[in-house]
Amino acid sequence: MSGPSDYQPSNPALQWIERRLPIMGLVHSSFVIYPTPRNLNYWWTFGAILSFMLGIQILTGVILAMHYTPHADLAFKSVELLVRDVNYGWLLRNMHAVGASMFFVAVYVHMLRGLYYGSYKEPREVLWILGVIIYLLMMATGFMGYVLPWGQMSFWGATVITNLFSAIPYVGESIVTLLWGGYSVGNPTLNRFFSLHYLLPFLIAGVVVLHVWALHVAGQNNPDGVEPKTEKDTVPFTPHATIKDGFGVACFMLLYAWFIFYMPNYLGDADNYIPANPGVTPPHIVPEWYYLPFYAILRSIPNKLAGVIGMFSAIIILCFLPWLDAARTKSSKYRPLAKQFFWIFVAVCILLGYLGAQPPEGIYVIAGRVLTFCYFAYFLIVLPLLSRIETPRPVPNSIAEAVLAKTGSKSTPMVSTVIALALVGALFAGSVDSARAEEGGTRPPGNNWSFSGPFGTFDRGALQRGLKVYKEVCANCHGLSFIAFRNLGDPGGPGYSTAQVAAFASDYKVKDGPNDQGDMFERPGRPADYFPSPFPNEQAARAANGGAAPPDLSLITKARSYGRGFPMFIVDFFSQYQEQGPDYVSAVLQGFEDKAPEGVTIPEGSYYNKYFPGHAIKMPKPLSDGQVTYDDGSPTTVAQYAKDVTTFLMWTAEPHMEARKRMGFQVFIFLIIFAGLMYFTKKKVWADSH
Amino acid sequence: MTTASSADHPTRRDFLFVATGAAAAVGGAAALWPFVSQMNPDASTIAAGAPIEVDLSPVAEGQDIKVFWRGKPIYISHRTKKQIDEARAVNVASLPDPQSDEARVKSGHDQWLVVIGICTHLGCIPIAHEGNYDGFFCPCHGSQYDSSGRIRQGPAPANLPVPPYQFVSDTKIQIG
Repeated sequence: MSGPSDYQPSNPALQWIERRLPIMGLVHSSFVIYPTPRNLNYWWTFGAILSFMLGIQILTGVILAMHYTPHADLAFKSVELLVRDVNYGWLLRNMHAVGASMFFVAVYVHMLRGLYYGSYKEPREVLWILGVIIYLLMMATGFMGYVLPWGQMSFWGATVITNLFSAIPYVGESIVTLLWGGYSVGNPTLNRFFSLHYLLPFLIAGVVVLHVWALHVAGQNNPDGVEPKTEKDTVPFTPHATIKDGFGVACFMLLYAWFIFYMPNYLGDADNYIPANPGVTPPHIVPEWYYLPFYAILRSIPNKLAGVIGMFSAIIILCFLPWLDAARTKSSKYRPLAKQFFWIFVAVCILLGYLGAQPPEGIYVIAGRVLTFCYFAYFLIVLPLLSRIETPRPVPNSIAEAVLAKTGSKSTPMVSTVIALALVGALFAGSVDSARAEEGGTRPPGNNWSFSGPFGTFDRGALQRGLKVYKEVCANCHGLSFIAFRNLGDPGGPGYSTAQVAAFASDYKVKDGPNDQGDMFERPGRPADYFPSPFPNEQAARAANGGAAPPDLSLITKARSYGRGFPMFIVDFFSQYQEQGPDYVSAVLQGFEDKAPEGVTIPEGSYYNKYFPGHAIKMPKPLSDGQVTYDDGSPTTVAQYAKDVTTFLMWTAEPHMEARKRMGFQVFIFLIIFAGLMYFTKKKVWADSH
Repeated sequence: MTTASSADHPTRRDFLFVATGAAAAVGGAAALWPFVSQMNPDASTIAAGAPIEVDLSPVAEGQDIKVFWRGKPIYISHRTKKQIDEARAVNVASLPDPQSDEARVKSGHDQWLVVIGICTHLGCIPIAHEGNYDGFFCPCHGSQYDSSGRIRQGPAPANLPVPPYQFVSDTKIQIG
C-alpha cells in the first residue's frame, strides 16, 4: 500500500499472476519490507490485537448465526440450546460474547495510546478520523449484538438506546418507529438488528482496510513522535513487527482465555439470563461496561435533547482532536504538562464509567456533572491552551538517537504501564459489579462449592440428590424447560446410564401429536424429551401461585446474582469466584423465617425471606427437614437439600461447565508455552536491532 | 531471519524458530477443530434420531405407508403375493445391483418391504405403485425400481437401501 513494488516472485506461475494482479507485491511492500519505526513499544501491538479480535468476532459470529434463530419467541431459547447441544457451542458463544468486551479493551488501549503519543497529528488526521468511524461502528455493532440473545437486558437496552433518537425535535418519534418497525421493540426490531449486526462487522473490516492504507501512507507514529529519517530509524515489518505483534496477541489471548474459560459471565449481566419481558423493567438498566462513560454523560445532563447531544458529542469531538491540539510536539513523553493532563483524563473516563453503573441519585449526579465538564474541558480548554503555554522538552533528532539514549532509564514506562493496567482493570470490574447492585436483600453467605475454581467439578452424589429434590419438591411449580432427560446421562452431569435415563424419562407423561386422527395424545417420556413444565402457560402459572409466576429453574443460578462490593470484585477476578448465583439460590431456600422481624410488614399471601430482595416472597417455605428421603445416607436436612438442589441447578444452568474448565486448563498450558516461545523468538529477531 | 550475525549459536536459534512455528501450527490446527465440529448434527438432532416403532396392523395387503425417520421417508409396503413372486422370479445376476429379494426382507415376514424412499440417483422421492416393475418410479429422472425396491431401469446406480429395522412383534417394527 505504499506505492508500486518491485517485488518479483521467482516461481513462473506466480510471476504470471503477479503481472496481472500484483497482490503479492502489495503484501510484500505492506507487510514484509514495510519500514516500521524501531522504537515502537508494546502499546503498538494493539493494532494487530484488534485485527485479530475482528477476525475472531467475524468467524465466531458467522458460526453462531448458523445456530441462532432471530425470532422474538425463539431467540433466547436458540441461544441457550446452541450452548447446550451444538458441539463446542458453549465455547463459540463465550468466545463471541467475551470477544466483544476484549475488542473494546483493545480499542480503548489503542485509542489512549494514540492520544498519549499524538498519533492524530499531521499527517495522520485522516487515519485518526477513520479510527473514530471504526469505533462508532463498533459501538453500533456491539449494541445490536447484545440485543440478539433477547434477555431482559437485551430488550430493555434496545428500548432505552433506540429511545435516544426520540430526543430529536419534530422527527424523533418517527425515527424511533422506523427503527423499531412497530409500536414498541419487538420481533421486527430483533430481525433488523440481526441483519445489521451481521452487516456492520464487514463495514468495519472495510474501514479497517482504509485505516491501514492511511497508516501505510503516513507511516506509523512512534513513542518519540519524530518521523523516521534514515534507514537506521526503521526495521522491516517482517519479521520484526510480525513477531512482536504475534507475541502481543499471544499475551492478549491469555487474558481473553481467562474470561472465556474461567469467568465467562464476569463481564455480563445476570438479568440477561432472564428471557425478555416487555412488562417488567429490571430495577437497574445498565449498558455493557464499554458504554458506561458515555451513559454517565447522558444521565448527567438534565435535559433529554441536551443529554443525547452531549453523549454523541463526547465521541464526535474526537474527530476534531487533530485541530484542537495544535502543539507541534507529538509525543506526551516530551510534554510534561500534557502528560499529567492525559492521566487525569484517563481517570476522568474511568470515573465516568464507574458513575455510569451507579443509580442516578444524590452525589452520583453531581459527580457526574463535574466529570462531564472535565471530559469536555480536556478537549476544548486544556489541549488548545496547552499547545500555547506548554514548553516541551527537547525532542531527539532521530529515532536512532532516541533508541540509543533509552538504555538505562526503563522504569518510567513500566510504572505508567502498571498504573494504566490497574486502572483499566478497576474500570472493568467496578462497572460490572455495580451493575448488579443490591436491591434490599441481605447479602447471601458464601459457600464452599465443589464446582468453584479452575478445577471445580460437580459432586455426582449431590447432582443425583438435587435431581430428587427438584423432582419431588420444586417441579410442582417450577419448570426446567432447557433440560432434556437425555442430559441426565451426559458426561459432566449426574452420570446416569442410558438405561436409567430411559427409565427415568418413561415415568413422565409427555404430550405428543397430532396422531393420524388429528388428536393430541399422551405417551411415556423418551430421553429426547424435555422436562415437562408444571403449568401449560404463564397465565396458568400466575393464577395458581397468587399472581407471581414461578420462574423456570434451568438458568436460575446464572440469572440471579448480587453485588460483591469493593474490593471483592477485584479479588474475584483473580480467584475466579463466580458463584454469586448459587449462593443466592441456596440462601433463599434457607432464608425463610416464620415471623418477620420487628418493623417489617409482609403483605397477605407473601412470606418473609431474609435474602429475597424486598424480603416478601410469594413462594411459601418449600423445604423442611426429612421431606425428601435420601438413599445414600446423606442428612435429610434443609441445609443439605438446599446445597444439593443448588448444585443440581448449577449443572442445569451450565451442563458443560466441567468441559469448559478442563479445556481451559489445556488452553492455558498451551498459551503459556506458546507465549514463552514467542517471547524468545522475538528477542532473537530483535537482538540485532536494539 | 537467517542472517548469521549470532553465528555462535546457529542451531539453537533455528531450533527456537522451528519450535515456535510448530507450536503456532499445532495451536492453530487444534483451534480449528471446534469450528469444524460445530457443523455436525447437534445433540438434540442426534437424540431426535432415536429408533421409532411403527404399527403395521392397519396396513392392508397391497397398501403401503410412508413414515419419517431421521428426516428420511421410509416406505413400508405390504406386498401382494403377485409382487413377491415377481420380485423372486428375476434372475438376480441380470440386475444392475444384484441382490435377492430374500436378502432385502426379514424371513418369515416376506410380505413386508421396508426401504428408504430416496432415489439413489439424486435424492428425489420415487412414487410407489408406478413404473413398469410394480414397484417405484422416480419422476425426476425416470429411474424405475421393482417390487423389492431394486433398480431395474434408469440412471440410478443402486437399489433403494433397506434401513436398519427389526420386528418386535408380528405387527410392529422398530426402525433404527
